[in-house]
Amino acid sequence: MTEYILEMRNISKEFPGVKALTDVNFQVEKGEIHCLVGENGAGKSTLMKVLSGVYPYGTYTGDIVYNGNVQQFKEINDSVAIGIGIIYQELALFPDLTVYENIFAGNEVRKGPVIDWNKTIRQSSELLQKVKLRVTPETLIKDLGVGKQQLVEIAKALSKDVQLLILDEPTAALNEDDSENLLNLLKELKAQGISCIMISHKLKEVIEIADKATVLRDGKTICTLDAKKGEITETRIIKNMVGREIEDIYPKRSHPENDEVVLSLENWTAYDAQLGRNVVKNANISLKKGEIIGIAGLMGSGRTELALSIFGNPKKYKVSGEMKLFGESKTLKHTSEAIKERIAYVTEDRKGDGLFLLQDIKSNISAAHLKGIAPKGVLNLNEEVKVGARYKDSLYIKASSLEQVVGKLSGGNQQKVSLGKWLFTGPKILILDEPTRGIDVGAKFEIYTIMNQLISEGLSIIMISSELGEVLGMSDRVYVMAEGEIKGELTSEQATQEAIMELATQ
Amino acid sequence: MNLLTEARTIVKQNIRDYGMYIALVVILLTFAVLSDGLFLSSRNVSNMLDSAGYIAVLAVGMTLVIVIRHIDLSVGFAAGFLGAIAALFLTNMGVSVWITIPVVLIFGIMIGLFNGFLVAKIGIPSFVATLAAMLIFRGALLEATGASGTIVINNDAFNAIGTGFIPSIAEVGGLHLLTLLVGLAGILFYIYSELTNRKDKQKYGFDVMSFPMFVAKLLFVSAIIGYVVWILAGYNGLSWTVVIVLLVVVVYHFLSSKTVLGRHIYAVGSNPEAAHLSGINVQKITLFVFGSMGFLAALSGILFTARLQSATTTAGTLFELDAIAAAYVGGVSSAGGVGKVTGAIVGAVVMAALSNGMNLLGVGASYQYMIRGGVLAAAVIFDVMTRRQRA
Ligand SMILES: Nc1ncnc2c1ncn2[C@@H]1O[C@H](COP(=O)(O)OP(=O)(O)OP(=O)(O)O)[C@@H](O)[C@H]1O
Ligand SMILES: [Mg+2]
Repeated sequence: MTEYILEMRNISKEFPGVKALTDVNFQVEKGEIHCLVGENGAGKSTLMKVLSGVYPYGTYTGDIVYNGNVQQFKEINDSVAIGIGIIYQELALFPDLTVYENIFAGNEVRKGPVIDWNKTIRQSSELLQKVKLRVTPETLIKDLGVGKQQLVEIAKALSKDVQLLILDEPTAALNEDDSENLLNLLKELKAQGISCIMISHKLKEVIEIADKATVLRDGKTICTLDAKKGEITETRIIKNMVGREIEDIYPKRSHPENDEVVLSLENWTAYDAQLGRNVVKNANISLKKGEIIGIAGLMGSGRTELALSIFGNPKKYKVSGEMKLFGESKTLKHTSEAIKERIAYVTEDRKGDGLFLLQDIKSNISAAHLKGIAPKGVLNLNEEVKVGARYKDSLYIKASSLEQVVGKLSGGNQQKVSLGKWLFTGPKILILDEPTRGIDVGAKFEIYTIMNQLISEGLSIIMISSELGEVLGMSDRVYVMAEGEIKGELTSEQATQEAIMELATQ
Repeated sequence: MNLLTEARTIVKQNIRDYGMYIALVVILLTFAVLSDGLFLSSRNVSNMLDSAGYIAVLAVGMTLVIVIRHIDLSVGFAAGFLGAIAALFLTNMGVSVWITIPVVLIFGIMIGLFNGFLVAKIGIPSFVATLAAMLIFRGALLEATGASGTIVINNDAFNAIGTGFIPSIAEVGGLHLLTLLVGLAGILFYIYSELTNRKDKQKYGFDVMSFPMFVAKLLFVSAIIGYVVWILAGYNGLSWTVVIVLLVVVVYHFLSSKTVLGRHIYAVGSNPEAAHLSGINVQKITLFVFGSMGFLAALSGILFTARLQSATTTAGTLFELDAIAAAYVGGVSSAGGVGKVTGAIVGAVVMAALSNGMNLLGVGASYQYMIRGGVLAAAVIFDVMTRRQRA
């Protein structure tokens, strides 16, 4: 008989107006890596929050059986105490504290009433070795890249003797190398007997790592696939996730046939006074009408900085070089000027600087183009509802109503709201920074389809992405950046995974 | 749908907004019962509203300041100081009222803009910048009121702002006619705007509340306006203070809820980075909000000075904290982006009603502070709980 470390039985959970989970059954065997997949808003994060006690006993129905005992967590500490560790979709580290302080935050090593810092540091180094992170425990979190921060989170979980480690989209913000690293670490932990639940939208990873994969759709368990039986394949997962088959996730589009350049940069350099260095160096780029250019590169290669320096320079870099918009030389001093020139920038960090999380969907969508609902400075609130409804429908935003607060939407739907906000400004040049981060395949396909449709309407798109698949699948041309420089330009024929990685790691 | 169930769902959905109105009514009724009706007598209501005026205008400005995640501690003594300036203009310098008031208001704007400049452009935390300004104005007030400590104002037109009433034209059955007419105009305007609003919504094909419910709502609100006006008309009618506060509320309510500028203010409060990337000039908005705060501080100073008919060394003491308390009772959130102008007014009236009612009942000063503190805490707790419930 199989031995389950965890069984969740008939779990249901309701939020006002939304039934997030309905009779979900979910079982994890000892020592397996179990992936949880499903569309945005399917209820994956909610299920894990029920499991970890974020939503305490009584706010859901159903049973959680852990190591054969029914558990009733009143708070997160109760689940931590019996070996359940969760790493949330949003990292929860203190950027200004050191690695060791973070690892033991809330779980301090004491000697009597005071903290034993020496022991803390020693244990931290051991944990860092375990997760193969080669930094000193004294390093500040903010000086680490996201990939390394993720490892610190895992070290933190390990410090509490986890037996069941839950990771909610751990690789969403990681590049290929860091992701690979992380997956290898999970395999090693598995060898040490730690069971693991991983939520991911990156199906390749799921296929690589999962022993089992459970698919959720609309808050219900659809099926559990078993790797041993060869069931974990891309087509099978997708079909169960979205309920239909998607032939080619990157929909076809013909290359543009004109030579009208809408945006060009010459010797474009941006100096960041705070960092004291050039974040963009001598970039030369051109974007044609109806074209998608991909900008590939590793984390920190200057892609976002390049985008911001084009988009009205909100970070106040010292910029030199020439930018031409529709053939005319232009300097944009504020994001509002960029918007006036019909440039839009969909940020990579939708929660941080993209959305107004406490406000509802409709006011987020109108936020960057209030003129569109207030021709004379006075808002037409009915028009706002109409506009909101239009984008909710055309972008398939899943929400109980337009009045729903954006912070409560699932990640993918937040991304769509963010996109809707910028489409409403009526852009001609759309800069998408990691447009599908944390988004399910179905929604990805929808966003790609929308991109193609925008192209057919004459827009031009700059797409920054760390996901090579989408760079290759969607771009007409690819620029590869590293250390602030454009290391090369590849046509869609030349662009291959190897070619891009070679330029990116030069 | 049944009228009652509809009413219940409407109240449930808007419990956060209605909560403080309900609290206000409970407080008013409690005092009315405890004081054998004296509390809701024409004279007392009139007094109470007048005493709320100078805090109410501050609370309106403070709400917007808190909405953009800042604070302004200087408004109390700024009001005191500007009131003293007005007094000096009117007495020592013999400037006419019609010049004094606009000039003092402009001074207020300049003071606010300076605070805003320190906060927005130089990047000093608003708590510190305005704390410094508070100390400076406190000194300036002492300096301005000079040796005697009090500047008595004999200008009737000026004093009327704090103590006078609108002319009555005629008395009808012992009631103040112009007040009744203003009240009627208010009710008609309310009904008209609700009707156009409803028609607009229907034109867009949106859901509206059922017609009987709509009528019930109109009747209910009209009755409340009518009742208040009727009470006031029984004494001296509408005071100039109440007229000024109403104007401020109408203008600020419109500005904050119906204009692009207002939306920008809330956007900056919700997420300054996202606001910046949405093409909103965060510095300009910050300057505007502090400038408006300065303007309202000047107005508050004028109201208070006119009410006392003199400028004193202690004018403005703790006004800032009363205004902050009123704003929080009115539902503003320090996390930013949440809070309404109408809430601030209700908050100010709640606080004024508490003082007034307790004075009437002869509650000692020590208990008064404790009770007001308790109410402030309760309001914020209610706010946090209802927000969590929605989460
Ligand atoms: N606190 C909340 N209040 C109201 N609704 C919520 C709340 N949290 C989640 N929901 C809703 O519950 C549903 C499930 O959300 P959940 O975050 O679990 O999705 P998910 O599968 O993790 O999606 P994603 O892949 O986008 O992260 C969604 O419809 C979401 O809008
Ligand atoms: Mg999730």
